[in-house]
Amino acid sequence: MKKLLLGNAAVARGAYEAGVRVCSSYPGTPSTEITEEIVKFDKEEVYAEWAPNEKVAAEVAIGASIGGARAMSCMKHVGLNVMADPVFTVSYTGVNGGLVFCVADDPGMHSSQNEQDSRHYAKASKIAMLEPSDSEECKEFTRKAFDLSEEYDTPVFIRLSTRVSHSQSLVELKDRENKEITPYEKNIPKFVMMPAMAKARHVVVEERIEKLKALAETDAFNKTEINDTKIGVITSGIAYMYAKEALGDKVSYLKLGMVYPLPEKLIKDFSEKFDKVYVIEELDPVIEDHCKAIGVDVIGKEKFTLLGEYTPSMIKKVVLNEDAPECAELQENIPIRPPVMCAGCPHRGTFYVLKKLGLVVSGDIGCYTLGAVAPLQSVDTTICMGASVSAAHGMAKARGAEFNKKLVSVIGDSTFMHSGITGLVDIVYNKGNNTVIILDNSITGMTGHQDNPTTGMTIRKEPTKQVDLIALCKAVGIDHITVADPFDVKNFEKVVKEEVNREEPSVIIAQRPCALLKSVKYTGHCTITDKCKKCKMCMKLGCPAISADGDGVKIDLNQCNGCGLCINVCPFDAISKEEN
Amino acid sequence: MNIMIVGVGGQGTLLASRILGNTVINEGFDVKVSEVHGMSQRGGSVVTYVKFGDKVFSPVIDKGEADIILAFEMLEAYRAMPFLKKGGKMIVNNQKINPMPVIIGATEYPENIGDKLRENIDLTEVEALEIAKEAGNSKAVNVVLIGVMAKNTDIAYEKWVETIKTTVPEKFLDVNLKAFEMGYNL
Repeated sequence: MKKLLLGNAAVARGAYEAGVRVCSSYPGTPSTEITEEIVKFDKEEVYAEWAPNEKVAAEVAIGASIGGARAMSCMKHVGLNVMADPVFTVSYTGVNGGLVFCVADDPGMHSSQNEQDSRHYAKASKIAMLEPSDSEECKEFTRKAFDLSEEYDTPVFIRLSTRVSHSQSLVELKDRENKEITPYEKNIPKFVMMPAMAKARHVVVEERIEKLKALAETDAFNKTEINDTKIGVITSGIAYMYAKEALGDKVSYLKLGMVYPLPEKLIKDFSEKFDKVYVIEELDPVIEDHCKAIGVDVIGKEKFTLLGEYTPSMIKKVVLNEDAPECAELQENIPIRPPVMCAGCPHRGTFYVLKKLGLVVSGDIGCYTLGAVAPLQSVDTTICMGASVSAAHGMAKARGAEFNKKLVSVIGDSTFMHSGITGLVDIVYNKGNNTVIILDNSITGMTGHQDNPTTGMTIRKEPTKQVDLIALCKAVGIDHITVADPFDVKNFEKVVKEEVNREEPSVIIAQRPCALLKSVKYTGHCTITDKCKKCKMCMKLGCPAISADGDGVKIDLNQCNGCGLCINVCPFDAISKEEN
Repeated sequence: MNIMIVGVGGQGTLLASRILGNTVINEGFDVKVSEVHGMSQRGGSVVTYVKFGDKVFSPVIDKGEADIILAFEMLEAYRAMPFLKKGGKMIVNNQKINPMPVIIGATEYPENIGDKLRENIDLTEVEALEIAKEAGNSKAVNVVLIGVMAKNTDIAYEKWVETIKTTVPEKFLDVNLKAFEMGYNL
């Protein structure tokens, strides 16, 4: 049976068909739906969970593999940085049950803070990496990755990119393999990585890579398509699809489904047939550098780009010197439409107050990163998950006590559990004096409403113990913890002022649920009344429903969800609530 | 056949692309549907692509290659204009949603977008928001537009209805079927 599946759903299906039993992940665009799809299978067949962060997730999968089950963990590219520690060592131990890590890169940065190329990790950690081009390959490569993992006693990476993860194409569904759990046997030399054992395992790793190189020379994952002898193209992943679209049968292809280790003889034999050979790959010149290192003359990044996504028209221009079709170009500059916090977003109240107080805001990863966008422009820094807390501590140590009175950290509930808590421990332990605002919106927002340890629900929406943020912060050593509603702007402002001036570290829990949660039922809409003095205070909120109307202000009824924040900031009581 | 769906995050472009994708798959075509998830969904410009034919390679559509553009908002329609193929057709919901740079007064919403589009391309303007409200839910704009587009394809009415029944949650089915019918019969 053929079905239209998202690349991510196809990865989940491939894992299911391979008999995967355990999947642990932390959500991250563009990888999130893999684990969300895994959950849709019978829980008697597959156990799935959201872990607090990618390192924990990877370790859960590693443990499951050592325990004899086929296991996987899925993450976005920057999540791979978080889990890198166990990954490099599990490369040494190898596996018991098949172990697969799915990493999704984001060329073009549709929803990411950097554009790293995760293929470097495969080489650095000496772990085989497969790269599918469409949903069918997502499914088949994932299925085969488990066999590969067990046959070569290695974890295996599946590398995805946004366009593969988030495109639907047709997939042939098969039945689930009845894969029995393998017996667990204590094996200290294999699974206890201390120097003496690790030295022996390193030898095994190098031998394994040689065996995988031999596999790369075959057509197991790497395919040759010979059409024309003038131009050859070496490519992989989504770039293969772009190249096929642009160049069709006018060129020949070496499509690499295994991007680590890369073949030598296969590339040399292919390349010598052609006058010119292009390497078509997004982001870094990984295949290109390999070709050049083995003495194959290829054209790559000097004609393409290290930045962003490729397109078929770009490839057509470079390889065939053909122009894109004619089109009706715009004759004027038009306004961009950047993403914004939704109408009713609880973070809007927080950033309104922080901006009003002129504070330096050490930011983090989540919807609330949008607090850096006009008109709020409140956030000063965003680096990575958890950095808001620890970087603020560093900033305060660098600039001193007076500066610290103008400094806060903002971090979401899920991000705090991911890696904010360790920063908070650092502050307390090292006598810091920071104010950390936990934006508790009762959900992991940005990636599309995943539960986390603070929501009291598992990935399967089963009730579970809920991390008590207040008790947690207390246990760490924070004596001043205040829960405040960011929509009660007057009180929130008072609380923030008090806490930044305190001579001790403190935590403010800004508590209000995400406006998109089904449980949140704002009703009616807000309207401007004739008491309006046109001060435009409400426009400082950056609410998508409120815009200028001549020299006054209007509220778009189709956008407004009646959250009432604007009523709380209006100094003239000139906004009223009307029920529909 | 290349169809591009453009709009503002939150307008339901994703559901529209899924209805479209699942309808054409039943016609026996190869299909690719490219979606947008994550940060761009938060009220930003969103673009999804639906491509079908004997064999589809790239899931994305380049400039000058879209046979049909289904636009959920005027400014986004204008932004997408260069992607329309010569002789292609654009169907646009005449709703205007101010982007943040306009809201804060940093720039202005372009005037007379409808006229500018008509000068260049074949345009069908639809009051989809009003029709959706009449059907019973302002959120059904996406299905109204799918209805208008469906009329421009060779795929039978019943096939579309079949997909809507399997794609839309039960609770909203009646409203969506009505919205589709109203769009189709415009």
